[in-house]
Amino acid sequence: MFASLTTAWTILRISLEERLVYRGDFALGTLMRFLPIVTQIFLWWAVISAMEAAGSGREIVGYSYHDIIAYYLLTMISRAFSSMPGLAGGIARDIRDGTVKKYLIQPIDMLGFLLLYRVAHKLVYYTVAAAPFLLVFYVCRGYFAGWPDTPTLMACLASLLMSFLLGFFLEATLGMLGFWLLEVNSLLFVYMLLSFFFSGHMFPIDMLPGVWGTIVKQIPLQYLAYFPAAVFLGKITGPALWIGLATQFAWIVFFMVASRLAFHFGTRHYSGYGG
Amino acid sequence: MMNYFRVFLTFARNSLVRDMTFRANFVIDLISSTAWVLINLAFYTLIFHYTPAIGAHSGWEKYQFFLFLSTALLINSLVQALFMTNADELSELVRTGSLDFALLKPIDTQFLVSLARNEWSSLGNFVLGLGLMGYSMYQLHYLPGLVQIVLYPLYVVCGIAIYYSLMIALAATSVWLGRNQTLFDFWFYITNFSRYPMEIYGGPWGTPLRRVFTFALPVLVVVNVPAQILVRPVNPQLPEDWFLPGFALFATAASLLGSRWVFQRALGSYRSASS
Repeated sequence: MFASLTTAWTILRISLEERLVYRGDFALGTLMRFLPIVTQIFLWWAVISAMEAAGSGREIVGYSYHDIIAYYLLTMISRAFSSMPGLAGGIARDIRDGTVKKYLIQPIDMLGFLLLYRVAHKLVYYTVAAAPFLLVFYVCRGYFAGWPDTPTLMACLASLLMSFLLGFFLEATLGMLGFWLLEVNSLLFVYMLLSFFFSGHMFPIDMLPGVWGTIVKQIPLQYLAYFPAAVFLGKITGPALWIGLATQFAWIVFFMVASRLAFHFGTRHYSGYGG
Repeated sequence: MMNYFRVFLTFARNSLVRDMTFRANFVIDLISSTAWVLINLAFYTLIFHYTPAIGAHSGWEKYQFFLFLSTALLINSLVQALFMTNADELSELVRTGSLDFALLKPIDTQFLVSLARNEWSSLGNFVLGLGLMGYSMYQLHYLPGLVQIVLYPLYVVCGIAIYYSLMIALAATSVWLGRNQTLFDFWFYITNFSRYPMEIYGGPWGTPLRRVFTFALPVLVVVNVPAQILVRPVNPQLPEDWFLPGFALFATAASLLGSRWVFQRALGSYRSASS
């Protein structure tokens, strides 16, 4: 028990030091990532003002202009938790070039190692990105109606932490498919495309009409961007909030088991190509 | 001049041969670039599900805006097909010292490094742009007149020239910076502003922003001028509209001359990295 904790701490510490090397690039990159929001602010103002001029009201499915901009800002936070750049591709690459065998011969669990590596990555990211995030949110504070009450805030925080775990296990499962497919880049591209559109990164998914709206609420992608943001804005309350949190948790368990099974059966299928 | 054209045709043929050697990769590139466009098109279709136009009384209704989008597609796809890969590789040429070989060739260096490799798969979006343009015109029951047929291609070429100038000037800075990995990022963030009609940039923040990106760094001119000529040749919305077509010609000449100057200065500062 103590030995495994020491191992975990060592992995975390090494990963933290590795990530801190590029802190300047991180901070600047984070600030730059907010730039597209500037065009979104103008675009949605143009959309809402045209609706108003046509007598169609000032809201889209309950979202006012301010709500939409606040939503975009909040999804930046959701994505900061749930996005896992290079995770699935990295796993598939390790499988393809044979590097994965180090997890088979060393007493280290691959998923555990990768999870700790991601935790370190995210911890450094939040530390360095805190300043640009605070700056942008302070400048844009007018788009928010104020802080939500404590239970809502706690639900939002729980949902954010779960979105990190869901993002990790979902992408890890996709990467593990490399045991059977070897090349997963095309698959990952399709996933990225679907995720961009259906996670709510591009727009609040309540806006999707008809059958699309129903489908998108059944798949786990919404928990990667939309759900935490909508909770913060008070768009999901009461029983719907509890059901949402429970469903998000269930999806984490699902992908946790799926990635474990994929690793278990994948390593039996694995042929150890490469040197 | 004729020789340059023949050299360009050789570049184009070589690039096509190269692309056709890896046909599966070519098809994947083609699908991925068009898929992004289709996702964006879905997003705009969704916006027009709620609003009649982008901007109150701006004239950018659904199919007028799609004409704007198709213009942006034509310009962007040509810039990507002709220059993007070359601009990206320029920093590598500088870093590794391979630019020496380009300097030794009996042809203008800027011409050589700007056009040596063409990305044929980017032309998928050109075809998509033409299709979207045809569809939008059909929906609007609109046939362009002689003025549009003459001026539209002219201003599309001007737009390409402005984008090219910006891109090659950015790429040339790698001579001073050593590396220029962030070129694509810069490119994405700057051109992000030109993705929408310039009328959306209004108000106390938008108007200065519009002026800067029209007159100082003329990226807003690139798509707006040809699109306006196509959509509403005699119905100006902003005070600038009256002289924008004239200004666009000036901006094109100034951008080309400016980027030529930057490129020559960069070559002057080039110290070969090879032994």
